Amino acid sequence: MLDLTNRPDLVIIADWIKPDSRALDLGCGDGALLGHLAYHKQVSGYGLEREDEYIAQCIAAGINIIQMDLDQGLAEFDDNSFDYVVLSLTLQAMRHPEKLLEDMLRVGREGIVTFPNFGHWRARVQLGIFGSMPFTKTLPNTWYDTPNIHLCTLKDFEALCKTLNIRILEHQAVDSEHRSNPGLKLFPNLLGEIALYRFEWG
Amino acid sequence: MPDFIPPDSVGLVTPTTHHFQKPLQLSGGETLSDYALVYETYGELNTSGSNALLICHALSSNHHAAGYHGLADKKPGWWENIVGPGKTIDTNHFFVVCCNNLGGCFGSTGPSTAHPSTGKPYGPDFPIVTVHDWVTSQAQLANVLGVDTWAAVIGGSLGGMQVLQWSMDYPDRLRHAIVIAASSKLTAQNIAFNEVARQAIRSDPDFHDGRYYEHDTEPQRGLRIARMLGHITYLSDDIMGEKFGRDLRDGKIGFDYNADFQVESYLRYQADSFVGNFDANTYLLMTKALDYFDPAGPTHGDLAKAFAPIKSRFLVMSFTSDWRFSPERSREIVKALHDNDLNVSYAEIKASHGHDAFLMKIPQYLDVFGAYMHRIEQEIN
Repeated sequence: MLDLTNRPDLVIIADWIKPDSRALDLGCGDGALLGHLAYHKQVSGYGLEREDEYIAQCIAAGINIIQMDLDQGLAEFDDNSFDYVVLSLTLQAMRHPEKLLEDMLRVGREGIVTFPNFGHWRARVQLGIFGSMPFTKTLPNTWYDTPNIHLCTLKDFEALCKTLNIRILEHQAVDSEHRSNPGLKLFPNLLGEIALYRFEWG
Repeated sequence: MPDFIPPDSVGLVTPTTHHFQKPLQLSGGETLSDYALVYETYGELNTSGSNALLICHALSSNHHAAGYHGLADKKPGWWENIVGPGKTIDTNHFFVVCCNNLGGCFGSTGPSTAHPSTGKPYGPDFPIVTVHDWVTSQAQLANVLGVDTWAAVIGGSLGGMQVLQWSMDYPDRLRHAIVIAASSKLTAQNIAFNEVARQAIRSDPDFHDGRYYEHDTEPQRGLRIARMLGHITYLSDDIMGEKFGRDLRDGKIGFDYNADFQVESYLRYQADSFVGNFDANTYLLMTKALDYFDPAGPTHGDLAKAFAPIKSRFLVMSFTSDWRFSPERSREIVKALHDNDLNVSYAEIKASHGHDAFLMKIPQYLDVFGAYMHRIEQEIN
């Protein structure tokens, strides 16, 4: 069993997911979340992953993994096939994040996304005061060599949800260690490094 | 001849033939009153009978999946890269069975076998068999071997189609299904290739309407062309470029119709080694079995509905450069499986080898396949 010690954000997601449900994990990596959910909550489902290195790893852990590129969309999944569709730290790397959000709610009853917050004060200072693209723990790439082509702030994400008629059910912001604190709860868009959202159609 | 048998080979193996007296009702309406299947086994069946694997072979291969029949053998079995002690399909842990399919030409009853009532080879009178018929006969063989439930049924290409059929026909007799470089049905392009191969054989003057045995000849020219065509479709443009490019055999073009290019020489060599070792009627029959395979036929094209009886867990693998059975075909299988909420994993292996990749030692392929086999092994223990 893969453990979630180093991924408290996945612990938060796992807490949001009800036992005996069905989940689709988009960009599931080593399958830590699905492994945890299967073991502790009898959750079944599939992980989708593009990278070769994770396939054998997931299979060895007994996780159903389907190798595919998320940019191709979720067309092969029927409407309402899952209770939850999870997209962890991948939204900002998608070619069409808004289409993927809609697709997530077509395939699943609820969506869960996490993404690095571009509105975090460090990012703001680096761009606003020093005038260069942010380079932080959660945004560890140079501007010219990054998979993160669609970065956004919590405010931006919430505005998009409004446009798409998506209702936010629950949200949290955490620091780069994926932990929360009272300050984060007061000023999530300023102090939160990673944002987590659970949502459904409005 | 191998100088020595490698330690990771199953070594010297001897095929066994079983004669079935119980008639076999075939999909085409005919009945085979009795028939024989030749098969090989590697490894030992454990006391609980839980470690048995069935390997289903592709179009032109046979029951000889691994090892050597004798020290004079030039080559080992067709899946020696995968099957053996310590290999991906580890014969130290599994009891592996592979049989030559009905209609074959390596010892199982087929067109070149003597008809029981006439004593002459069946030839064109041998009924066309389907993937379903093969699976029915393989289930009879499982009974003979004392295998109630296969730990896994495994196959590439046409072999993968048999795996799908097994999972539908006998959902309780296999726990895992491994489908490699396969398809749930042939495309029009695939059927077209098969038709050209068949026409090459059937239009050969030595074909004699399939009764060439009685004329002491065989349609070698047709069979050669069929094999050459097949080989082109089993490779990719890239691997042909990589292997042969425009390399010349003698360093210069000859301004004649001899083989100038290495690729021509390769195809001629493949054709040469095929004739004399494969029966033309069997080739016709195997291509028909391929063409006819369409499990979603009865459900009007709804593959998910056709897969409704399935219970086994699946590993599906495809290869990026395989254009004969492209990754899209495997994805259709995967979709129909997850539509039924079945356990399935899918890997799309990056490989330049084309359809033949399933026979090769490709590291990512071996890693994924090996990880899955290891899970099965853990379940058994």
